[in-house]
Amino acid sequence: MNIFFQQVLNGLTLGSVYSLVALGLTLVYGILHIPNFAHGAFYMVGAYISFYLAGSFGLNFWLAMLCSAAAVAVLAMLSERLIFHPLRNAPALHDMIAAIGLLLFLEAVVQAIWGADFHRLPAPYTQILRFADLTAPAQRILIIVAAFILMIGLQIFLRRTTTGSTIVAMAQNREGAALVGIDPVKVSLLTFAISGALAAVAATLFAPINLIFPAMGHLVILKAFVIIILGGMGSIPGAIVGGMIIGFAEAFGAFYISPAYKDIIAFALLVIILSLRPQGLFPSEVR
Amino acid sequence: MKLDSRLEYGLYAALLAIAVAFPFLASNEYQVYVMALAFIWAIAAMGLNIIVGYTGQLNLAHAGFMAIGAYTVGLLTVDYGVPFWIAFLLAGPLAALLGFLGGLLSLRLKTHFFSIFTLCVGYIIYLLIEKWDTLTHGTVGVIGIPAPSPIGPFTFDNTRSVYFLVLAFLVLAIFVKRRIVRSLVGRSFVAIRNSDELAEALGINLMRTKVLAFTLSTFYAGLAGGLFAGFVRFLGPDLAREYHTFDMVAFVLVGGIGTLMGPVLGAIALTWITQSLQFLETYRMIVFGPLLILLVMFWPNGIIGTYTRWQARRRESGGAASAAKRKSKELHDEARANV
Repeated sequence: MNIFFQQVLNGLTLGSVYSLVALGLTLVYGILHIPNFAHGAFYMVGAYISFYLAGSFGLNFWLAMLCSAAAVAVLAMLSERLIFHPLRNAPALHDMIAAIGLLLFLEAVVQAIWGADFHRLPAPYTQILRFADLTAPAQRILIIVAAFILMIGLQIFLRRTTTGSTIVAMAQNREGAALVGIDPVKVSLLTFAISGALAAVAATLFAPINLIFPAMGHLVILKAFVIIILGGMGSIPGAIVGGMIIGFAEAFGAFYISPAYKDIIAFALLVIILSLRPQGLFPSEVR
Repeated sequence: MKLDSRLEYGLYAALLAIAVAFPFLASNEYQVYVMALAFIWAIAAMGLNIIVGYTGQLNLAHAGFMAIGAYTVGLLTVDYGVPFWIAFLLAGPLAALLGFLGGLLSLRLKTHFFSIFTLCVGYIIYLLIEKWDTLTHGTVGVIGIPAPSPIGPFTFDNTRSVYFLVLAFLVLAIFVKRRIVRSLVGRSFVAIRNSDELAEALGINLMRTKVLAFTLSTFYAGLAGGLFAGFVRFLGPDLAREYHTFDMVAFVLVGGIGTLMGPVLGAIALTWITQSLQFLETYRMIVFGPLLILLVMFWPNGIIGTYTRWQARRRESGGAASAAKRKSKELHDEARANV
């Protein structure tokens, strides 16, 4: 029972992190209409900034996370202004290559500052929670709770506030949104900021139980791509459900199939699902 | 038209002469080594150009297929004692066979769904090579791959001789690709790039043509991988990583996407640029990343694309000028007739 519960907990933890990253990616997809390959680099930069602030300045975990989210939000907005906005009329291939250029640049900068070594962010809460015969490390519970609060908050923001609705409107129809008086520049910037902040928060939450290194974003971003394909590009509930599916598949696959091949599971799942259903699990109208 | 093609052949001959003379002009063996490596990447990038440049499908698994070709040669020669050339002959076809199967699966998807799917396929290839260590030696890599065995009087035991071997394959690859892209098949690739629906309306079987382009491109990748194994003689799973695919996309883009010689020029130019940034060591991506971004922003057609556009514009304006002259002469004649 306890072992099974541990896998559920693992699945929820991984799923929460993946969902947060995929949410940012899916929001930006609504603006760019291309997958942003640099999103994994935002995730990585977020982890490093938190590590730097919490490690070198001894900043409180939550404060470090907040600063990191703000910094990566600014970075994401800058990249929108300097790279993606000027390329908005170029073929999709060019956006993708520019995003790859940004990814290579950010990784090289981080490596120049902090080196290629592995780092670890000290966990803010090291207690182990117990209910009856079930045990759970506090950090994992923290990740799950924080991620869920953030996801619900984001959902309320997008559905219930005017500013949030402008993002949804832009994703649905760019010209239509502009016609009813939505400023596309402002909404693009806002979307990139949110997406960057989500990536930084996900990275910071996950950092205490994971390692920090320049290439840490690669696998996460690939899995986030898998998630938004499964969940339907641009779909917010799809990103959350997809994130959970991949998280659980990985947790249970690592335990019941093989830990060495756990990273293949997400990709194999995608290949199998898309081979059977080329339109994805939750086909969206934009395709 | 006649003059143009004569000019083209002259240009090819000049390029070939430079390539043949290069080892004798190079100041050290290392430069020859770097150039030969650039040629190998050029062959792989030419393959990528078939699917990305001509057919318009951004395949991000290309390095994976190159690794399959390389590992075919590496594993067969080292673990199974197969002679180099037999293993080498299998590299291209095996990569193409797996490419055919991969193409059947992945080409049912369009645009960036296809790109992400192939990115995942590439990652699966990488992880399989890394984890399946009983077959592939895992992270240790394949060490001690034999050099290509002699063919008749030609031996390939030093860098210069392998350089010429690689050059021969590069010339062959360019020749075959020229035949492909100028054939009806090559034109159907371009038709698909321009518009799926239009191509289908012209009676092109979309799926079959795309799979053919994918298979051809993976054959080139496998061939380049086989040469890589015989030249570098050491293989690690990193060869399949996505950043090698990104490198090749950059080669194609810098040289000129959808052009015959573009990937070759791009591979050579970028290899030497990276070499000259070598003093920055691991930080050279700090320069290379922004370079890539600036390139797609301000110079998206690459070396060849920019040149042909400039030429087309010149011809057009020249044509416009002569047309205007003809028109004015006509008016003049008309005016005279009326008098």
